[in-house]
Amino acid sequence: MSALPTLLPEATTAGGYLLVLMLVLPLAGVFAALTLGGRNARRVAMLTIPAGLALAVVIGVELVQSDRTLVYLLGGWAPPLGIALRADGLSAVMLLTTTVVLLGVALFAREEFNTPENVPESRAPFMFWTLLLAVWGALNAVFLAGDLFTLYVALELLTFAGVPLVSLEGRPETLQAALRYLLFALFGSVLYMLGAVLLYGAYGTLDIALLAERVRPEAVSFVAAALMTTGLLAKTALFPFHLWLPPAHAGAPAAASAVLSALVVKGSWFLVVRLWFDVMPGVVTLPAAQLLGALGTAAIVVGSVVALRQERLKLLVAYSTMAQIGYLFLMFPLAFDSAGSELVHGAALTGGFLQVISHATAKAGMFMAAGLIYAALGHDRIADLAGVARAMPVTVLAIALAGLALMGVVPSGAYLAKKLMLDAADGSGQWWWIIVLQGGAVFTAGYVVLVLASVLRSRSEPMPLVKRVSRLSEIVALVLSTSSLLLALAALGPVVPGELIANPLAPKELGMLLAVVLGGALLALGLSRRSLFGARTDSEANGGSLRRSAVAVGKAFELADRLIRRWQFASISLLVMVALVGGLLVSSVST
Amino acid sequence: MNAPTLFGLCGAALVGLGLYGLIVNPQPLRKILSFNLIGSGVFLLFGVVARRGAALGMGGDPVPQALVITGIVVAFSATALAVALLLRLQEASGSATLSSPESADRPEA
Amino acid sequence: MNLAPLVDGSLVALILAVAIWTIAVRDSFAAVVGYAIYGLMLALAWVRLAAIDAALTEAAIGGGLTGVLLIRAAVRLRPTESVVAEETPARFVKALAAVLAGTVSVALAVVVLSLPVPAPTLAPQVAEHIASTGLGNAVTAVLLAFRATDTLLEAVVLVFALIAVWSLAPDGFWGGRPGPRYHLEAHGMLAYLARLLPPLGIIVAIYVFWVGADLPGGKFQAGTLLAAMWLLTIMAGLTNTPPVSRRWLRVALVTGSAVFLAIGFAGVPLAGAFLAYPEGYAKPLILVIEAASMLSIAVTLALLVLGPPERGDQA
Repeated sequence: MSALPTLLPEATTAGGYLLVLMLVLPLAGVFAALTLGGRNARRVAMLTIPAGLALAVVIGVELVQSDRTLVYLLGGWAPPLGIALRADGLSAVMLLTTTVVLLGVALFAREEFNTPENVPESRAPFMFWTLLLAVWGALNAVFLAGDLFTLYVALELLTFAGVPLVSLEGRPETLQAALRYLLFALFGSVLYMLGAVLLYGAYGTLDIALLAERVRPEAVSFVAAALMTTGLLAKTALFPFHLWLPPAHAGAPAAASAVLSALVVKGSWFLVVRLWFDVMPGVVTLPAAQLLGALGTAAIVVGSVVALRQERLKLLVAYSTMAQIGYLFLMFPLAFDSAGSELVHGAALTGGFLQVISHATAKAGMFMAAGLIYAALGHDRIADLAGVARAMPVTVLAIALAGLALMGVVPSGAYLAKKLMLDAADGSGQWWWIIVLQGGAVFTAGYVVLVLASVLRSRSEPMPLVKRVSRLSEIVALVLSTSSLLLALAALGPVVPGELIANPLAPKELGMLLAVVLGGALLALGLSRRSLFGARTDSEANGGSLRRSAVAVGKAFELADRLIRRWQFASISLLVMVALVGGLLVSSVST
Repeated sequence: MNAPTLFGLCGAALVGLGLYGLIVNPQPLRKILSFNLIGSGVFLLFGVVARRGAALGMGGDPVPQALVITGIVVAFSATALAVALLLRLQEASGSATLSSPESADRPEA
Repeated sequence: MNLAPLVDGSLVALILAVAIWTIAVRDSFAAVVGYAIYGLMLALAWVRLAAIDAALTEAAIGGGLTGVLLIRAAVRLRPTESVVAEETPARFVKALAAVLAGTVSVALAVVVLSLPVPAPTLAPQVAEHIASTGLGNAVTAVLLAFRATDTLLEAVVLVFALIAVWSLAPDGFWGGRPGPRYHLEAHGMLAYLARLLPPLGIIVAIYVFWVGADLPGGKFQAGTLLAAMWLLTIMAGLTNTPPVSRRWLRVALVTGSAVFLAIGFAGVPLAGAFLAYPEGYAKPLILVIEAASMLSIAVTLALLVLGPPERGDQA
């Protein structure tokens, strides 16, 4: 999507008031939920989220009709003195995705977080609904605010709303996971704030549009870019700064994990995009973007391999999130103009956003399905999931479709995103990203095959189910997964030319799918802890030398991941990253 | 060297000190202290920027000063949340540490 | 002889010395006390930078409330701190961290020294438009007129933080009272102070709030004072903390932001934009917002210090 024009000097545009409503609606919801208390929290959420979805659609329509960024000058004061809310195509798309996923989560969690009959107010349900609205409010602020300091406050809102979701169940491990998340997120915030201070000191404004005009490639903007980018990467959990993500996302209740993986983590990523594409497109350089892409690649490889080594389903899905976050950074080196000097709103950016939407929906569906399995069985040990497919067909279908969507099977959003990025890689001659894009699917297929193989195994006795899960929850999981799988069809026409989507049944596509699945199966066979085929004994010691060496590689990855996730390592890497990005930016000037 | 520059260098030094403390001190309480140190260093830098923008009878550019006030309140909220989480962790698990990744990535089923 | 550089230099040296001590000292409790001292000295630095509003806020919140919060935490953590201290990293990790932190400091110093002269500033624009707000204090004008949304969101941050803190309550004590029950020593010094100071504190707070429209001051500083007075009476045992399930408490938390939003929306028909003020009514409306926010801020700050519910309703 090309950057929509903004008016300068600015004025509030026709549909601008919608942005204020979008910002205020969830916040009013939080206040109402807090004051009314008890089971009203759920009622407030159930009322406001659909209203928000309608509002997001109206914003999208208004945007398309006026073909111009929607702007609202808060208080009537224009930047640099005042603050503006702005919605371009990127904001609108994120607003829409957020409300859709939140609606799904609300329906999914309706029964699980129901206040019991005999109490006026119960902690976990009351907190869940209030925090859900809080996350939504924070995300809207992130997507709409046009001032770097307002965005800092929005990021803090997001952290304060996301951290308690991790520790909602109150178990000691989740408390520790929440504390690590909070401290690392705060580390990221101060780095971001520091960069913003430098930018104000040099250019006298924190407004995104004004900064875009005033920023020059000089020492202060390089240091600011390095600090802010690294701070945001810490909050997005890009490799090697992912120390907090797996325990946090795996320890939260399923509905909360869905929100954390699908939405919360995307907030800080969105700000990296804003910073690079809108504030400093001419300051950031290709080598720095290559660094982001390289870290993304490492995330995909390490995340997928460690996911394969997991014994618990929720942890596998959490590591899958870590791997998929890597995909979100592949678009940066591919989004430069033909001269390689400036970032443009082009096909690669569209691909990146398709990837985000596709991951948000698929991952939400996957976490929901994993949660349903956990609730029904009382555990989520991958080795003991035999017979689940027969007992919970809808849930297993949801996981399967989500997995296929993540793998990039036609016509999923990930497929289209990959196509667009492949085109960009081709056009800019960066052949190495072609390898990464194509190869990444194999790594994703690895853990998808592992999960499917374990649930599809048959069982001699019937499955002992601890609890009946809500039919509505299963259907919601299925709908979200399916929407990710069919996303490319929705993006056709308005965004993307139709001929990009190949016929899924054409021999070439089928052949590629087969190759990917086979590659994934090989990975799963080699690296997973237990045999894929039902042997109860630990097959790591047995098996041929090939299997043993594959297992050794897997263990090495796990060990490396454990080392990288230690606080000292991760925080030192964070500072090293600041130095690297700063250095790469500075070095481009001296040439 | 005038006052703003001196305080600016002070702020830069505080940021560095806080970063060191945040990385090296194992106790979460000390990490929270270090985070506050970094935050106050960043705000001091903002204050220096404000002072340099003094004009028209005002002692400094009022916009960064206002943002600093907001920032101090936000930093306090963050500290309060972190402290509450830490105390709860100590109460629930008997120890107040961030490490032991073994138990951190294998929550009980 | 111009003493200013000497004063500034000594202040900076003191600040850095206390900061280094806070990082390096072994005992966590000592570090926390060091931080409280650091906060107060930093307030002096703000005075030297001619940012009195920020100085007041730093002293009240940064030094005062944060100090109280951390000291209570340090006391409760005393048993386990020395155990965790064993996990000190290896020497080369410390060296690496020092090098990297030092590099960041040096880069920042270089940038600070190379900031543009004349410095870009928004002071002229503020001076141009401040008359329409009816205020004399430029910082208050920025906070409540030009960048009012930041202040609104910041009130929201406080509420979100409190919600997050409350979510940590053990299930059994949900809806109960935060903090321990302090015992009243009827003839002790603390009880004496808790009877003497709050009325004075309230008067000073109202003054700080009222004068903040034209001179340094305002709702944050006033709210912090009120919070401190309330905390004093609680810690002396004169009053009990309120249960978090009480409706009046929840309403008190939300009132400031609710009034802010209401006046903000009233600005749409009356002044053409959300959070705009109609001609001539800016100052009274701002004072109304500030008054409501001051009370909410006071309640929220105090509750943030007290923590999540840890006793039942009746305790």
